[in-house]
Amino acid sequence: MNVWLLLICMGLVTYAIRLSLIVLIGRVNLPPIIQWALCLVPPAVLSAIIFPELLMPGGTLDLSFGNLRLLAGALAAAVAWRTRNVLLTIGVGMVALWVLQVVIPH
Amino acid sequence: MAVVNTNRLLRHSPRSEFIAGIRAELPILLGVVPFGMIYGVLAVGAGLTVGAAMAMSSIVFAGSAQFVGVQLIHAGAPGMVIVFTTFIVNLRHILYSASIAPFLARLNPRWKWLLAYLLTDEAYAVTITRYNQEAASPVKSAHRHWYLLGAGLAMWSTWQISTAAGIFLGAQVPSSWSLDFTIALTFIALAVPALRDRPSVAAALSAGIIAVLAFGMPYKLGLIVAAISGMAVGLWVEARQLSNGHRHEPGDSR
Repeated sequence: MNVWLLLICMGLVTYAIRLSLIVLIGRVNLPPIIQWALCLVPPAVLSAIIFPELLMPGGTLDLSFGNLRLLAGALAAAVAWRTRNVLLTIGVGMVALWVLQVVIPH
Repeated sequence: MAVVNTNRLLRHSPRSEFIAGIRAELPILLGVVPFGMIYGVLAVGAGLTVGAAMAMSSIVFAGSAQFVGVQLIHAGAPGMVIVFTTFIVNLRHILYSASIAPFLARLNPRWKWLLAYLLTDEAYAVTITRYNQEAASPVKSAHRHWYLLGAGLAMWSTWQISTAAGIFLGAQVPSSWSLDFTIALTFIALAVPALRDRPSVAAALSAGIIAVLAFGMPYKLGLIVAAISGMAVGLWVEARQLSNGHRHEPGDSR
């Protein structure tokens, strides 16, 4: 697909979702099951991205201590859990990866 | 009584609402700037042209979806898969649309179309807080849509400028810096606070494991399959808790 056509389709999909209920209905109560399902979107989508990034950095499963991204990512997750601070999480994870890359030969 | 109300209404001018919206948005923007810059760096690193990388920020205007989109473009996923993934990643905005709709019900369509475009996580967060406070007080502002406009435009311009800065920087950063790792780190920072109860943990764990198992699926469909399966598992856990008599309010786990 042409990248510009792709961008327009991505934009239309996003806009349609944001506009949907503002225009369609003045006051609406989504059925509880839909609300629960929507609440689960962030954890499900995000970890579906995170797990392969950390567990298979080279495209294949790597659960060894040589997997620096897994180590740095686990540390970042601990920081996120304790502080809930986005910037600190990214900072600690990034620095951890750089330090590990220097310390551990790969 | 009526006099008092009129006086108070007069105090809320479009201008004052607009500025209040910008002010409320400012603290959040501190976190948005690095996020936007990281997007710009990654977009260039993924092979997007400067024009396309910028256009994504203004056409799509949705942080997480842009990160995922860039990653999928880099991986060579087909357009339909990328568009469908964008749909799933942005589904949460239906909740925003639903909860803000009653406050915008009286506006003319043009206002609704404009404000819908500006309805990002960040603008929604400050606006709904304000609207809910206002709903609890006897004083109603006739210009409250200007508040969302202020917050939304502040977010919009910050996003455009910071992603442009990232795109400019992106060309200068060598790949040995492993900056692509910031995608995973950003998502970790966003995902961990979303793990509030058993259903969300179950959804996250199963989606993650299935994503690893389904990694080899054609057209990069693994992400979608994993996300939908994870949501299904989360709902199943939710249903079991309910049948065991646990109370749970929808929206708790956002």
